[in-house]
Amino acid sequence: MARTVTTPRKLINTAFAWAVGLLIFFPILWTILTSFKTEAQAIASPPIFLNFDWTLENYAVVQERSNYMRYLWNSIIIAGGSTLLGVIVAVPAAWAMAFVPSARTKDILLWMLSTKMLPAVGVLYPIYLLFIQLGLLDSRAGLVVVLMLINLPIIVWMLYTYFREIPGDILEAARMDGASLKEEILYILTPMAVPGIASTVLLNFILAWNEAFWTLNLTAVNAAPLTAFIASYSSPEGLFFAKLSAASTMAIAPILILGWFSQKQLVRGLTFGAVK
Amino acid sequence: MGRIVLEKVSKSFGDVEVIPPLDLEINDGEFVVFVGPSGCGKSTLLRLIAGLEDVSGGRILIDGQDATAVPPAKRGLAMVFQSYALYPHMTVRKNIAFPLRMAGLDKAEQDRRVEQAAEVLNLTDYLDRRPGQLSGGQRQRVAIGRAIVREPAAFLFDEPLSNLDAALRVGMRLEISELHNRLETTMIYVTHDQVEAMTMADKIVVLQAGVIEQVGSPLELYRAPRNKFVAGFIGSPRMNFIEGPEAEKHGAHTIGVRPEHIAASPSEGLWKGTVGVSEHLGSDTFFHVHVDGFAEPMTVRAGGEVGLRHGDTIHLTPEEDKIHRFDAAGLRIA
Amino acid sequence: MATQHSRSVARLMMAPAVVLLLGWMLVPLTMTLYFSFKKYLPLRGGDLGWVGFDNYIRFVTSSSFWPSVQATLVIVGGVLAITVVLGVLLALLLDQPMWGQGVVRILVIAPFFVMPTVSALVWKNMFMDPVNGLFAHLWRFFGAEPISWLSEASMPSIVMIVSWQWLPFATLILLTAIQSLDSEQLEAAEMDGAPPLKRFFFIILPHLSRAITIVILIQTIFLLSVFAEIFVTTGGAFGTRTLTYLIYQRVLESQNVGLGSAGGVYAIILANIVAIFLMRIVGKNLDA
Repeated sequence: MARTVTTPRKLINTAFAWAVGLLIFFPILWTILTSFKTEAQAIASPPIFLNFDWTLENYAVVQERSNYMRYLWNSIIIAGGSTLLGVIVAVPAAWAMAFVPSARTKDILLWMLSTKMLPAVGVLYPIYLLFIQLGLLDSRAGLVVVLMLINLPIIVWMLYTYFREIPGDILEAARMDGASLKEEILYILTPMAVPGIASTVLLNFILAWNEAFWTLNLTAVNAAPLTAFIASYSSPEGLFFAKLSAASTMAIAPILILGWFSQKQLVRGLTFGAVK
Repeated sequence: MGRIVLEKVSKSFGDVEVIPPLDLEINDGEFVVFVGPSGCGKSTLLRLIAGLEDVSGGRILIDGQDATAVPPAKRGLAMVFQSYALYPHMTVRKNIAFPLRMAGLDKAEQDRRVEQAAEVLNLTDYLDRRPGQLSGGQRQRVAIGRAIVREPAAFLFDEPLSNLDAALRVGMRLEISELHNRLETTMIYVTHDQVEAMTMADKIVVLQAGVIEQVGSPLELYRAPRNKFVAGFIGSPRMNFIEGPEAEKHGAHTIGVRPEHIAASPSEGLWKGTVGVSEHLGSDTFFHVHVDGFAEPMTVRAGGEVGLRHGDTIHLTPEEDKIHRFDAAGLRIA
Repeated sequence: MATQHSRSVARLMMAPAVVLLLGWMLVPLTMTLYFSFKKYLPLRGGDLGWVGFDNYIRFVTSSSFWPSVQATLVIVGGVLAITVVLGVLLALLLDQPMWGQGVVRILVIAPFFVMPTVSALVWKNMFMDPVNGLFAHLWRFFGAEPISWLSEASMPSIVMIVSWQWLPFATLILLTAIQSLDSEQLEAAEMDGAPPLKRFFFIILPHLSRAITIVILIQTIFLLSVFAEIFVTTGGAFGTRTLTYLIYQRVLESQNVGLGSAGGVYAIILANIVAIFLMRIVGKNLDA
């Protein structure tokens, strides 16, 4: 039973929590606000918070300077493609681990997770060479594969933890009822695990979207996603706060919006299925 | 038809042998109950018959065909799980129709059979609900419905009533028994509750540590338990066991007397003792009696309204012809 | 518990994931090992033959090796300490009854959605810029001399940026764990006469230990390879060159693949030491 709390106590909690929440959120808020200022107002001293002349000029300039839509499209393809591919590979593996566990299941799972610890930089050059050999450098297909591989352990792990919550009885009942393995996974397991799969997909989409090592090092022009788009503003000539803010806002907006709309699944997903 | 024969069936998990080789015959139309304390291997045995586990040795014959290597779905058996194992994302209708859909029956035939099963089980009004919206008893009926529509050679029940409250359990017990009378299909029922076993079974299989202790009708088991384990397990309250001089008088290592086979009197009798706890159930009264010279207190059934209280003196007399005798190994002396 | 048949099916079902990851691990790893024993300068002569352990010796004896190990450990340790401590406090705060809990939670999670390149750029320019950054304004407002954060306090600055990104994650996991605590346990402790602080140390904190393990494990995986934040802010200058960044510079900036590969092998060894250590803990906690 939740206990009732006195109103003053709740008021203090609320004030304090909101203050902390806004403090944490402030850098994002400030970036978004600055993106609507003129360059002069952006560096005004003392800083202006709200009473500035709102303008969309920065967005127009950024779009003109670097074709935003192309980067956005690359990000969507790369993050979406790698996540989808990862889930297709991971579902059968997670099924096997969750419902037909053997003595080695845990070892395999931990081994998979440990490949995640392989420092990317340690294998950067080999991958770079392989990409040149296979003609994958600066291609979306190449990045889809790489990001799928680096996120695969996490996808397997998350699906495994979600699948484990599903009683094995139900799958056995389906087997007794005459369902084949394919039917068992398609008609029983997947529908029951939809919330877990949704969380997994969302989280890995975000991880892939924000991945900034391989995307920066394996792309140039054609396949460059939003991480590369924004990195191009890190050079000193990009030091215009308002335009930098506009570009930043454009880079993070899709994920912020997606994240806020699917908050419930995400909160679940963010815990990587590890905590209930 | 549903005649199931187990020949030297055994099961090990790794090095642990949970079921040593055993033989068992289950005749067509029989209601067989596997009963035993938890961990006795009764559920494992059921899962071996279902095909959800591989046997480590021996053969399983269903209607004369060797089914040892046949996958579960192809054995023609239906199973009702302890947790019911309903598909939570499907309506009751879809749950019941699932095995038919898997068997590739046409839609009209599926509907016909589902309606029929729903009627038998009083589920017609709930067909479009989901399992989450049903009570425990209704879920149980859906699980049974899903088994019925397949028209299986035999039904397997794995402790199906253990998640229900006491009142519902009695009701469902009757329903399952009635279902058996109507369908006349073989049923194998696993439970740890000897009351369920006694009330429902044609044939009881008492298991302990993977070994069959005795097979027989409820009354055979009650009247002539083959050993101390069966004697103690079947019957409620438990049989009283007495060792020492009293047993030697009967030429046995241990004698057993059921609480209902002892006459109690405030004034005279064979054994004299003191009343401890008394449980008044209205129809019956159970006294726990500390008999002078016996190691264990005895349980005695008396009539409904016997006015003895804690600390009172009581005299007990067993019915001579209802005394069970056991040797040092716990086996019945005939 | 299952049948022979389902076990063989299970192996088949796991095969694609296992084979892919095995390939992903072994192929580049073998190549890295191969290069690490060569003098290999793609832009200055290419493959110049086998050199034995020269690269390994050169890499560790270089003056930048130990500082880079130190920088790596400081970043990982610093961020872990900050996010776990603040995460626990924040989770306790968010667990209190309040108005608008959902909105506050969104505000707190938001930094996790921001890609590392963006957050590094925003912090570097809009907050830490010694002339126009918000911090500079704040310092001047209080009459202090603005600090050139990324050169004068480079390590704390980077630790702060990375902590900001990972605090939401820690908070959220810990909050979920706190919410799963049976309130009767706390009430029982209260009845037993435990004051709030004792309740925290004897009931809440032990309950959180599994969640804290998970936070540490997952964050360490990601923190060991922090890259974009350094790439964008200091470019490895001012003592912020981590092992990852040092190797990156050897391979891509100085185009010395042999030397960089030897460094890569060291990084892999370091990661494995951490991994073994962590896997022990997690393996123990996985079933709990």
